[in-house]
Amino acid sequence: MQLIELSAFDLAVAACLVVLLSLLSLKLQLGVSKQLLVAAVRTTVQLMLIGLILKTLFENVNLIYMGIIATVMILLAGREVMARQTHRYKGGWGFAMGTVSMFVSTFVVTLLALTLVIKTDPWYTPQYAIPLLGMMLGNTMTGIALGLERLTQAAREQKHNIEAQLMLSRTAAESISAIRRQAMRYGMIPIINAMAAAGIVSLPGMMTGQILAGSPPLEAVKYQILIMFLISAGTGFGTVSAVMLGSRRLFDKRDRLRLDRLVE
Amino acid sequence: MPSLKIENIHTDHIGSFSFEIKAGECVCLSGPSGVGKSLLLRALADLDPHQGQMMIDAQSSETMPASVWRKRVGLLPAQSAWWADKVADHFISANNIAYKQLGFSLEVENWSVDRLSSGEKQRLAILRLLSNQPEILLLDEPTANLDPESISKVEDLVKDYQQQHQAAVLWVSHDAKQVDRIADKHWQMSDAKNIQELPVCS
Repeated sequence: MQLIELSAFDLAVAACLVVLLSLLSLKLQLGVSKQLLVAAVRTTVQLMLIGLILKTLFENVNLIYMGIIATVMILLAGREVMARQTHRYKGGWGFAMGTVSMFVSTFVVTLLALTLVIKTDPWYTPQYAIPLLGMMLGNTMTGIALGLERLTQAAREQKHNIEAQLMLSRTAAESISAIRRQAMRYGMIPIINAMAAAGIVSLPGMMTGQILAGSPPLEAVKYQILIMFLISAGTGFGTVSAVMLGSRRLFDKRDRLRLDRLVE
Repeated sequence: MPSLKIENIHTDHIGSFSFEIKAGECVCLSGPSGVGKSLLLRALADLDPHQGQMMIDAQSSETMPASVWRKRVGLLPAQSAWWADKVADHFISANNIAYKQLGFSLEVENWSVDRLSSGEKQRLAILRLLSNQPEILLLDEPTANLDPESISKVEDLVKDYQQQHQAAVLWVSHDAKQVDRIADKHWQMSDAKNIQELPVCS
């Protein structure tokens, strides 16, 4: 098994396909031909840049560099969680809750994987730490965003049901518990579905990449299983934590439902 | 004896108000719609942020958890909400519920909420609230849209409860005849900042 290096010409061939698609959508007046080309250019530039950054990091194994890049990644993911909310929390709370939840779940799970499972030396070896963290963050971010979206939407829709329970002397936690459970489930469904369908309906991207790059399939599969488990743990814990924090923030200390804490 | 004492209650929209409703007393509150009667009731049930003091028997609302306050100060909103499938799931406490007095058989507990008419919902909401045994009742137009027979049943039930528990009652009503029937005092909320006392002719 060996790595077949791709030349610029190889990539150009693939790029031709995108150009062709763009021409076709122009002809069909789909209105996406320009977007398609811009996206293709963005993907090239962004991936090249991250490739350069990774190259530099791999050559200089340094805990501080790793810390900086991990911080940047998690802050960007936190921003993304907030940007995906229809009715986000006012005043940076959405960002804070999303970021804290992601930090707790992804960092703990990634650290665990690096020190106890893969046992790289040093534990922050960028070749392992960055892709792991990236994959964890990407999926956890989706789970948290879905969970919070479901929570805030349902709280708005079912305002009267929640307040009716408050009026009958239920606590805030009791009144929101059904909605909270639903929101947590909502955030976890994508990863459960992904695990259930892996290998049958879809070949996970990471595994495919590894196999294309020359790894023996069984090794690639083992890594994929590891990743799936880590992702579901990270997504699950992150979603539970974010929805807990989020549902608490919907009430004040006198157990009043405070939808005014969400953006209209 | 549980009396409700209010000092300088105000929110962003209403107030400030100071008043007292004594144990066993029924105060009717009327006033133009949109003037803030429901907002006042919500503030008294501690559902909206507000300034000022609220007390039952000299015990401030701040000294007890909000859920305890709302158990003691029971609010019946103008529109009842039903969050579960079966009627029984909405009764938080099961203290001798007077189903019969409002024309229901015991079987109503197993009914699905979907099959209830709006009048049935309204009557069940009152039973649901009373089963909590609140010391203060805040009733937001409890008999609006009910037929005359149901109206008098509800009035009787609340009167019985009021006397039996020496409860203080604040009853929002637009019906002058009803006010005459039930009120010990009649307050008129003329705008968001003013409540005047009107004479009652009983």
